[in-house]
Amino acid sequence: MNIIVCVKQVPDTLEVNINKETNTLIREGVDSVINPFDLYAVEEGLRLKEQYGGMVTVLSMGPPQVVDTLRQALSLGADNAVLLSDIGFAGADTLATSYTLARAVKKIGHFDLVICGRQAVDGDTAHVGPSLAERLDIPHISCVIKIHEVTEEYMVTVRLTEEGTEKVKLSLPGLITVSKGINEPRFPSLKWKINAARSEIEVWSAQDISADENKIGLKGSPTRVIKMTTPQHNRQGQVLEGSTQEQVTDLITKLRQAEVL
Amino acid sequence: MSIRVIAEKCIGCKLCVAACPLGAVNVTKKLARIDIAKCNFCGACVDACKKFTAIELIRDNVQTVDKSKYRGVWVFAEQKEGRIANVTLELLGEGRNLADKLSEPLCVMLLGNQLGRLARQLICFGADKVYLAESDQLAVFIEDSFTEVITGLIREHKPNIVLLGATAVGRSLAPRVASRLETGLTADCTGLEIDPETRNLLQTRPAFGGNLMATIICPNHRPQMASVRPKVFNRPQRDELRIGRIVRYDYKDHSLTQRAKLLAVVKESAKTAGIAEAEIVVAGGLGLGDAGNFEIIEDLAQALRGGVGASRGAVNAGWTSYAHQVGQTGKTVRPKLYIACGISGAIQHLVGMQYSEIIVAINKDPKAPIFNVADYSIVGDVLEVVPVLTEEIKKVRIEDKEPVMSDSEQESELVLSS
Repeated sequence: MNIIVCVKQVPDTLEVNINKETNTLIREGVDSVINPFDLYAVEEGLRLKEQYGGMVTVLSMGPPQVVDTLRQALSLGADNAVLLSDIGFAGADTLATSYTLARAVKKIGHFDLVICGRQAVDGDTAHVGPSLAERLDIPHISCVIKIHEVTEEYMVTVRLTEEGTEKVKLSLPGLITVSKGINEPRFPSLKWKINAARSEIEVWSAQDISADENKIGLKGSPTRVIKMTTPQHNRQGQVLEGSTQEQVTDLITKLRQAEVL
Repeated sequence: MSIRVIAEKCIGCKLCVAACPLGAVNVTKKLARIDIAKCNFCGACVDACKKFTAIELIRDNVQTVDKSKYRGVWVFAEQKEGRIANVTLELLGEGRNLADKLSEPLCVMLLGNQLGRLARQLICFGADKVYLAESDQLAVFIEDSFTEVITGLIREHKPNIVLLGATAVGRSLAPRVASRLETGLTADCTGLEIDPETRNLLQTRPAFGGNLMATIICPNHRPQMASVRPKVFNRPQRDELRIGRIVRYDYKDHSLTQRAKLLAVVKESAKTAGIAEAEIVVAGGLGLGDAGNFEIIEDLAQALRGGVGASRGAVNAGWTSYAHQVGQTGKTVRPKLYIACGISGAIQHLVGMQYSEIIVAINKDPKAPIFNVADYSIVGDVLEVVPVLTEEIKKVRIEDKEPVMSDSEQESELVLSS
């Protein structure tokens, strides 16, 4: 089973700082990590490979330093890694990103399954997985938390919904986005770490994937951010005083006044 | 596209720095510099520099669609087992506002099987027209067939705006539709407006884990697509006398693509079900100390007939399952009452619950960030406060003669086929 796992490098969001003057994210000095949901995607790819054979190729788009993230995936046991890096890719929204990734997947060639994390924790859109499936003209299932059965033609997955879960059969080749709960990601092994350090990571430009320049980067992005503001919390917070009993009685009175009790 | 600062005109006033949404402008030695790698050529700095006209933006001739051909605000109606999703009704309310501002009709796409009754309901809630697509192939949600029908309807009728709920279904469907139509899509919006000047849809959504709010436009492509989080907008009033049209599409003899198949639906037990929809959520965090203490959260939730939530820390510690996790990597809730017990309130948690109507925080640490978003704060030990609160709530319930519901832990599995 040949698997392509898409990963994204994201800022370590626990350390997000805002420049108060310009209202933007201070990226300098913030560590970059692999998107947490993508770690589950890599792990699931490796488990499927261990069970059914085949290769795991890790794919990412971003500036040159994203090779660090790809090397991390290699140190977990992925076979190959490809980075899409080109100044022309900069400023891509999810439509342009999925186009670019699709061009690369087509160049990689034969695959049975594409796995993405359900969403990236910086953008939080959950668009790229389904959008990439559409570009590749393959079916997809979002928010998968379990894979039951795999054959050459299909796999049976369990996806999360608001009410619970659904068991869905997906024809292959297909794409899944995976959520927390599907597995516990492994730690890198020494053997694979050494392998990863020695591995050459292929870097492909827009030309390498024969991308249409009108469909990549800023030019290929229909959406545009025009304003960033700091969210306002307009709550008149009130600290309840007294003994525990008094605080609780006071709280219940206030909640009843507000008609939530 | 290109942008440049005209050095002779620039006085280094920094107005452009403040205007740039992306932090791409810096002023050094009284001269503005634009970092091209960060710039998205939005023109905010050019507008800010009207007085000095020191920034010049040259836009490429972008291929734009003939926007005048696109009319109408459309809502995708989500339904399950013959019930319209709440978020769809909320979208009808907001969609009505947008449609009225644009003087355009509000239309709904309703897909399923034998749903005539629901089509009428959608009109009562504000729709002018319902496109009703019926087929047994549309009886349950499958991305392939729904994408095919929706893109077909959009290509035929050319709406200006298309709104979907940011639910499991909407989040899976919307990107496929937008990709096939090659148009822009904004995820998880919490605000929608019409720009009076350009008549573009201004879409506001949380960015960077909720640290910032971004306003996004889709200036040159149509339709403008957005998904909207549940419980952001209010449900409109139902008007039984409203008049609208139902346009039927018959897909019975039409073979739709279906490369996936729903085999079974497993509903969560009542205890965990739908915290995203619950009116009251009681959530526990690491302040509870250990797994055994998590029970006091469940007891309080039961007394309030609410749902049980948890911080990421509590879930990672194994005290409860991921289905309960509230926050950036869990669920977004917007109940009438959210009680955070022993939760410090990392930004990742806050983005999942900060839009709750009333927030109560109970925490030992008076400096915990959760208190910054709380309406009522109790500084104290959760292990002491929560049981007292539970007892008092029970007393109130008995006074009100409202029975405390016992929860059913039975999971029900509906097997459709195998």
